[in-house]
Amino acid sequence: MTNLKRHLGALTAGVAAVALLAGAALADPAVIYDLGGKFDKSFNEAAFNGATKWATETGGKFQDLEITNADQREQALRKFAAAGFNPVVVTGFAYGDPLAKVAAEFPNTNFAIIDMVVDAPNVRSVVFDEHTGSYLVGAIAALKSTTGKVGFVGGMDIPLIHKFYCGYKQGVQAITPGAEVIENYTGTTPAAWNDPVAAGELAKADFDRGADVVFAAAGGSGLGVLQAAKDAGKLAIGVDSNQNYLQPGSVLTSMVKRVDVAVENAFKDGTAGGTWTSGIQAMGLANQGIDYALDEYNAPLITDDIKAKVDDLKAKIIAGEIVVHDYSSDNSCP
Amino acid sequence: MSVRRPLPRWADVALLPLLNLLLALIISGAVVMLIGQNPLDALRIITYGAFGYGEGFGYTLHFATNFVFTGLAVAVAAHAGLFNIGAEGQAYVAGIGAILVGLTMDQTHWLLVLPLAIIASAAIGGFWALIPGYLQAKRGSHVVITTIMFNFIASALMVYLLTRVLKPVGQMDPTSAAVTGAGKLPQLRDFMSFFGYAPLNITIFIAIAALILVYVLIWHTRLGFAMRTLGHNPVASSYAGISNSRLIMITMTISGALAGMVAVNQVLGVQARLQLDFPSGYGFVGIAVALMGRNHPIGIALSAMLFGALYQGGLELQFSMPAITRDMIVVIQALVILFTGAMEGLLRPGLESAFMLYGARQKAAAPAGPGS
Repeated sequence: MTNLKRHLGALTAGVAAVALLAGAALADPAVIYDLGGKFDKSFNEAAFNGATKWATETGGKFQDLEITNADQREQALRKFAAAGFNPVVVTGFAYGDPLAKVAAEFPNTNFAIIDMVVDAPNVRSVVFDEHTGSYLVGAIAALKSTTGKVGFVGGMDIPLIHKFYCGYKQGVQAITPGAEVIENYTGTTPAAWNDPVAAGELAKADFDRGADVVFAAAGGSGLGVLQAAKDAGKLAIGVDSNQNYLQPGSVLTSMVKRVDVAVENAFKDGTAGGTWTSGIQAMGLANQGIDYALDEYNAPLITDDIKAKVDDLKAKIIAGEIVVHDYSSDNSCP
Repeated sequence: MSVRRPLPRWADVALLPLLNLLLALIISGAVVMLIGQNPLDALRIITYGAFGYGEGFGYTLHFATNFVFTGLAVAVAAHAGLFNIGAEGQAYVAGIGAILVGLTMDQTHWLLVLPLAIIASAAIGGFWALIPGYLQAKRGSHVVITTIMFNFIASALMVYLLTRVLKPVGQMDPTSAAVTGAGKLPQLRDFMSFFGYAPLNITIFIAIAALILVYVLIWHTRLGFAMRTLGHNPVASSYAGISNSRLIMITMTISGALAGMVAVNQVLGVQARLQLDFPSGYGFVGIAVALMGRNHPIGIALSAMLFGALYQGGLELQFSMPAITRDMIVVIQALVILFTGAMEGLLRPGLESAFMLYGARQKAAAPAGPGS
């Protein structure tokens, strides 16, 4: 019995040492990814890239974690906060509730959440105007389309992606009133973010129905859409990161959503030498948090005429002359 | 030629699974070593994380609660020779029942909410399994195929409901409205601060009751006897005057109802709302739990604990050893399933010979034993 007790004692001591080691890394930043995982070629990976960029530029260290189960969100947040990590960044709207709870328990730790608003004095909520960026790429698609039909392949069938679709459709119809936008979603489970085969098939179906440009707002699945466009000699539009280089000549443009910049900024502002600000941080066209991508890979596709028109639309949206309807404001699309 | 003698019961039930588990841990340790980490430290972190402190233990028990339900669901069907792979989808749609009861009864008392939520979840989960059961019984469509397909139908239905019907306007997260009052089941941490922040709630007692009820059902009732007869020999059960098709439908309904209990735990016990994809794999792991637990409630309870510990300890391991990613944790879980489930016969011949050798020696040592 005493033997057992001694072993238990040793065990506790060992774990305490581990905890102490973790404590030594005081005030390092941390990022917790959503269920999609660190290397999803999309949203979460952008967060990882932003964190890595911060680390290489400042020489700092950060810790990250991939959860395996939705029940672990709260636990993971609490663990990082309790171990002294600061700031703690979480990616994805599903962290909203757990963060609201944990942020109240750790008033001296700064948190940032991407794609969701959590109203707490120590939380920075980074939200993106996906609808305006989608509007612009929709306009580009309509300007480029010769058939008057364009496609949309979403990832999982959720409100966030409906927001992309709704902005895209408005952009298309602003250029070509009455143009048909074919709406598809890759799936109804989280696997839909990583199913390039199914997304590619949907894109092929769109091409067969006469569409000549397809916008892929589907995370890792979008790669299949880009491939399908190349195979069919049609055009695709990338999302989140600049994906123009993936299939040069077949990617018309990309709707970039700078999650990496948001994470990098949060790390920069929340660590030594930075100034942290809480509250809502809207990333939109005005501050380049959202944009359409133009580089050497798609320069031949975007004529000066198209560029002039789109930049005009962009300026009008920033100035408030054009108001793009946001799907999430009322769950409907005009 | 020596005849193979079966193992003593205690070795079959306890020793063999333990050895298999040990083997799985040794191989996992080798994998951990390959990526340059100390496997003993890893084991210590997993064990401490899962059992060493109140909150960790609470999480282990919480995960185990879900695994007990899905494990029992698979086991009940398995006794009747049916392979229910649809526990995931059955639990998922059962969430509708749980949340509707939770939301409408939010202003009453949990003593009212709990039984009604159990009935509603069991009814919907059972119905979702009854359809494949009916198709198997009357149309000969194999349940393995239909239950898998019903998982997809369930996820499509739930995505539709959550994004277009149940979601409050202006909210990005595709979830239902939250239950805030009596709809949220009592948490054990409210009575025992020992459990820290663990989401362990009153449903664990439902899980324990389910284990006992399933034991009684399978081994001490006429229905259970009929189910086992069907599982062993459908021709015999038919000859004995049992209606096989009726029995298949009843079994599948019970199985689906058990899976539906996950919804009570997750929706009303933990998240207090209906969330997208809330069964997050519990239904599928339930197959492994039932397999490992040899479809017996005691075995299921133990293997549910093991998988709960791997879930909880796995997160602790990722946290304390950043070099170990969540894919590594899946590898370890897969090895455990492989050795304790699929390859559980691996050590059996060796163990049998060892026992025979040991037995022979003992007999030789004993005076005037009937010679070797």
